[in-house]
Amino acid sequence: MKKMLASTVVLMSSLGLSTGAWAQGKEIRVLLANHPYGELLKTAIPEFEKQSGIKVNFESLQEGQLTTKLTTEFATKSSSVDVFMTRPLQEGKMFNKNGWYEPLKSYDFSDYPKPVMSVAAAGSTPYLVPLVTEWQVLYYRKDLLQAAGLAVPKTLVELEGAAKKLNTDGVAGFASRGKGAAAVTQLSSYIYGYGGLYLDKGVAVFDQPAAIDALRYYGKILGNYGPKGVTSMSWENIMPLFQAGKVAMWTDASVFYGQIVDPAKTQIPAANVGIADLPAGPKAQSPFLVTSWGIAVANQSKNKEAALKFLDWASSKELATKGMLASITMARSSVWKDPKVLEAVNPGLVATSIFAAKNGNAFDRPYMSAVGEARDQIGELIIESINTKGESANLAAMAKDKAARVNALLKDAGEYGQP
Amino acid sequence: MREPSFVERHLRVLFPLPAILFIALLMIFPILYTLALSFTSWNLTSGAPLRFVGLRNFEQVLTEPRFLDAVLRTFGFTIFAVLIEAVLGTAIALILNRAFIGKGLAKLLLLLPLVATPVAVGIVFNLFYDPTIGLANYVLSTFGLPQGLWVSDATSVIPSLIIVDVWQWTPMITLIVLAGLAGLSEEPFEAARVDGATQWQVLRHVTIPMVMPTILTAVILRLIDALKTFDIIFAMTGGGPGYASETLNIMGFKYSFEYFRMGQASVILIALFFFVLLCSLGIMKLRSSAEN
Repeated sequence: MKKMLASTVVLMSSLGLSTGAWAQGKEIRVLLANHPYGELLKTAIPEFEKQSGIKVNFESLQEGQLTTKLTTEFATKSSSVDVFMTRPLQEGKMFNKNGWYEPLKSYDFSDYPKPVMSVAAAGSTPYLVPLVTEWQVLYYRKDLLQAAGLAVPKTLVELEGAAKKLNTDGVAGFASRGKGAAAVTQLSSYIYGYGGLYLDKGVAVFDQPAAIDALRYYGKILGNYGPKGVTSMSWENIMPLFQAGKVAMWTDASVFYGQIVDPAKTQIPAANVGIADLPAGPKAQSPFLVTSWGIAVANQSKNKEAALKFLDWASSKELATKGMLASITMARSSVWKDPKVLEAVNPGLVATSIFAAKNGNAFDRPYMSAVGEARDQIGELIIESINTKGESANLAAMAKDKAARVNALLKDAGEYGQP
Repeated sequence: MREPSFVERHLRVLFPLPAILFIALLMIFPILYTLALSFTSWNLTSGAPLRFVGLRNFEQVLTEPRFLDAVLRTFGFTIFAVLIEAVLGTAIALILNRAFIGKGLAKLLLLLPLVATPVAVGIVFNLFYDPTIGLANYVLSTFGLPQGLWVSDATSVIPSLIIVDVWQWTPMITLIVLAGLAGLSEEPFEAARVDGATQWQVLRHVTIPMVMPTILTAVILRLIDALKTFDIIFAMTGGGPGYASETLNIMGFKYSFEYFRMGQASVILIALFFFVLLCSLGIMKLRSSAEN
């Protein structure tokens, strides 16, 4: 009996070993995001498996859950993830600091514009490949503007005037995210328009007059002309309202354009939906243009060769072209010059992208490791400003306190004063 | 005579072993580990190695106004939700305890909220509560009543969440109380009727006192669960607007998976654990005195 048990154990362990050895280089685990590009990769993976002979086990997760899962797996050093989609601005700095990204020394990055690469590398060593970019735009209802005799707003002053005129009982004149932390990215371009910043050379400066003015403007226009309950609204709440015809103008990321003109999802005819550059502020017209998604190889991966092969394929020009044809705005420059692609992409999207590439800012949030907490701090200011319609007497003092807290976070992480 | 085998000699240890291992590995170990973490500086955003910091995390978290707000909110939510559920649940159980046509169907319908997934319930209620296109405001406006902001406003978010919790969990109290009512003996009721007690007097002085231990058991179960509520709140508001619906559990989640301050998150969770323990002990005491 004992002998049998012993031999079973030996047999089982040797089996385990041999499957382990077989899996090396032949099987990889990939974590994808629930994002249109993740969906595209999913459908194309069988093709990759056929050409490379590598088996791909993939999982798709919603963005917040993806960060949580990666963090817990990497932090406990128990991860079997080989390749993963990642958000450079949200988690890049922290992941890199903890050494979770594999440095990408041999990848050819010549097809990526410089601002895009600034969030993909530490010093001269890139650690992720940018996949998707997005920039802030103004979506508007052509029919409502026309009926009111209004031109498309070119400045924030005009935007406020139009919002006032278009605001009725059933339709909000203007919408943008108001839900604290989620609104931080959308407020950023307004702050740039007023000549301010969240962080300047690693120091929180959103308590400076320029940023406060922008915060007041954002609170005033949303508090007066925004949809009801806007302080609990992110894009997932505003988009359905816009699609239901309850919002006249909306500023958010370019990525939603495809969904608001899709006749299966929206009640307003596509012909009535316009897209324009974010209106100019008193100091600048500088919408964010960010790398929202990238892809990276895990430093802990035991199948790096196969993982790199997958990375090359998943970020290839062929797939980027496919992405563009599916209305996903890709980070590679070359696909934006391909006439066949440009023919299929909406001209408004192309025009706003060119504008943002020329005038945009590569950050839509404080770029730091503790970004989650910093966003909550700034989010409190946004809610205060909206609730008081921009009139809050406390706003400047609150901003000072929040900036001090964000500076403390920067100091904790050793990032204070670092460019 | 054959000597007893190893298994036979150690039955007393072997039989409960799986259960003990289960409790040790999956319950005691995580609690102790969390406690240990609460004394460390583990913070993923700093990238620094884990260090023992004594009581510093406790000092920082326990003096943070946001934490104190979360404690009060957790208790406020729990007390109101469980109180309403206990009263409503018992009342429904008393009604269902009589024979009437369609009783089976009524019981079945009552069970439906219990089996629904909380996150799905949250999503549906969010649609229902939407201030612009939601059904709740539509119904209110057709009756000429003022419309609410529901979960979108800091003052109404907790009551709105309590409504969802009550909708989902009242049936559980009803079920437990119904089982308790079915187990009561008939004699005291007969005696009361013979003595000429009115229906209200029977209810007030016979039924309720007899079924009280069962009600309290149901309340303990609900209370522990309500203190730990996560799914409904997370799915519906994520703790917002601002921090207006942030309970201890939500705050613990944010500190760990959004702020990556694992040490401080452990303090929050230890505090929650302590509160749950305290409440259960208190109510268990109350229950044993009700039984006597």
